[in-house]
Amino acid sequence: MPVREIAGAKVWRRRTTGEAMLRWVGWLIGVAIFVWCWQQISASTTWFFVWDAPRIAGDIIDRATPPRWSYMEKLWWPIWDTINIATLGTLIALVLAVPVAFLAARNTTPSTWIIRPVALFIIVASRSINSLIWALLLIAIIGPGVFAGILAIAIRSVGFCAKLLYEAIEEIDETQVEAITATGASRWQVMVYGIVPQIMPAFAGISVFRWDINIRESTVLGLVGAGGIGLQLSGSLNTLAWPQVSLILLVILLAVVISEWVSAKVRGAII
Amino acid sequence: MSGVSTELETLLGTRWKKPPLIKLSWLRWLLILGGAVYLVLAIASVEVNWSRVYEGLDRGGAFIMSFTRPDFLSRGGDIWNGLVESVVITVAASVVGILISIPIGLGAARNIAPLPVYLVCRAIVAVSRALQEIIVAILLVAIFGFGPLAGFLTLSFATIGFLSKLLAEDIEAMDRVQAEAIRATGARWTQWINYGVQPQVMPRLIGLSMYRLDINFRESAILGLVGAGGIGATLNTAFDRYEFDTAAAILLVIIGIVMALEYLSGVIRARVR
Repeated sequence: MPVREIAGAKVWRRRTTGEAMLRWVGWLIGVAIFVWCWQQISASTTWFFVWDAPRIAGDIIDRATPPRWSYMEKLWWPIWDTINIATLGTLIALVLAVPVAFLAARNTTPSTWIIRPVALFIIVASRSINSLIWALLLIAIIGPGVFAGILAIAIRSVGFCAKLLYEAIEEIDETQVEAITATGASRWQVMVYGIVPQIMPAFAGISVFRWDINIRESTVLGLVGAGGIGLQLSGSLNTLAWPQVSLILLVILLAVVISEWVSAKVRGAII
Repeated sequence: MSGVSTELETLLGTRWKKPPLIKLSWLRWLLILGGAVYLVLAIASVEVNWSRVYEGLDRGGAFIMSFTRPDFLSRGGDIWNGLVESVVITVAASVVGILISIPIGLGAARNIAPLPVYLVCRAIVAVSRALQEIIVAILLVAIFGFGPLAGFLTLSFATIGFLSKLLAEDIEAMDRVQAEAIRATGARWTQWINYGVQPQVMPRLIGLSMYRLDINFRESAILGLVGAGGIGATLNTAFDRYEFDTAAAILLVIIGIVMALEYLSGVIRARVR
């Protein structure tokens, strides 16, 4: 126990002197890195604009209120598109994620050396790139529109769903699988009767969870031209129509809150 | 016993069927029917310009092929500058976000904060979680002008909502006995937090911070699309000019860094546990 003697009395310390020094140096390096980063940001910032920011913010709020409620009639169709992008994207993603998950799970993959790393790479690649970037890429390839949005959401969600699903598959109860195997079931029958029933609740939960996230993401996909309500948002921003912007932001906020509520309710009912 | 045997007798001779996921049969059929109707309507409303898609397949093929020969060099300077800016934004925003989210996380935990503080902190968390990064970034760019400062503020703001909520949930789930033992020694409030609460939540806080660092880097890659700094601007330009080799190089760099961060956070989380 690290103890230090001060004026003859032993005082308890949390760390030895060496440990404390090591921590101190670590913190020093951390602080130095942070200060350097801050200087970089500061160097490429126009501070005049920043000092002016409260006035600009007040100005924007002034222009944005009250929201232009009559614009709502032009928003119903984009809202429908947005919901479609999220829902169809999630469905496609789930269809693609199931085989990837089975190939990536340690207990169901046909080969640990070749196929599992490939499946894991698909998962990481899909997860590490934001849906907006996927949308940019798909727009360059197949042109702007809702279809590009659906595919972007689908590609982005495959990794997420497959990762959570393969973790669920790895955690299943092996005794049930063994029981099914003992009846002389084929590989596919083992999967259908031994594994699928065990991961079904997890699967349903993951789908609803990802659908909720996708509603969020699909609201902004239009910023790069991939359809949905984001298209109206970027149009209104470009024409500086702040009352429309504030209405669209309110709609997006409402959509996010509702989808989160729905997803929480459904997941609560499943689990 | 007669009840069991009659149930068995009615079941004898009938084929076994898998129990359905949704027990209520009317709800199951309603969901299936509703789902089918929705799917038909949704798919019918999506307009796909198949000739455009067909034309695009060549470009898609070209893009996938460009992953085999990514071009790191011809726009090397732009990629490097964008990358450094992304990393700088990520680090600064993570540090500031974590520092701010610790007091808010403490305040949002019902078992250690008084009700008014709890409500205020929960409100901050709710607002931060409901607004998406990219929308916050658009607004902040409009207010503060183009540049990494807007990106830094966006990510800090997003970090607060994420980390405070999870930290608060962890504090609410902590072991009360240890905290009470510290309190019984006559510790002050700060000492109580430092010796009773902090050691219990520290491993999870470190794990979550690493995870958030990872998320922040991924998000910083898109902030450039709306002018908030980082590598997104370079990527956007590369796509606009159909320079797929450069775009592939940037995407590979992002994937590589995310993988490295995930590995690093795995190592750190394994050590603190």
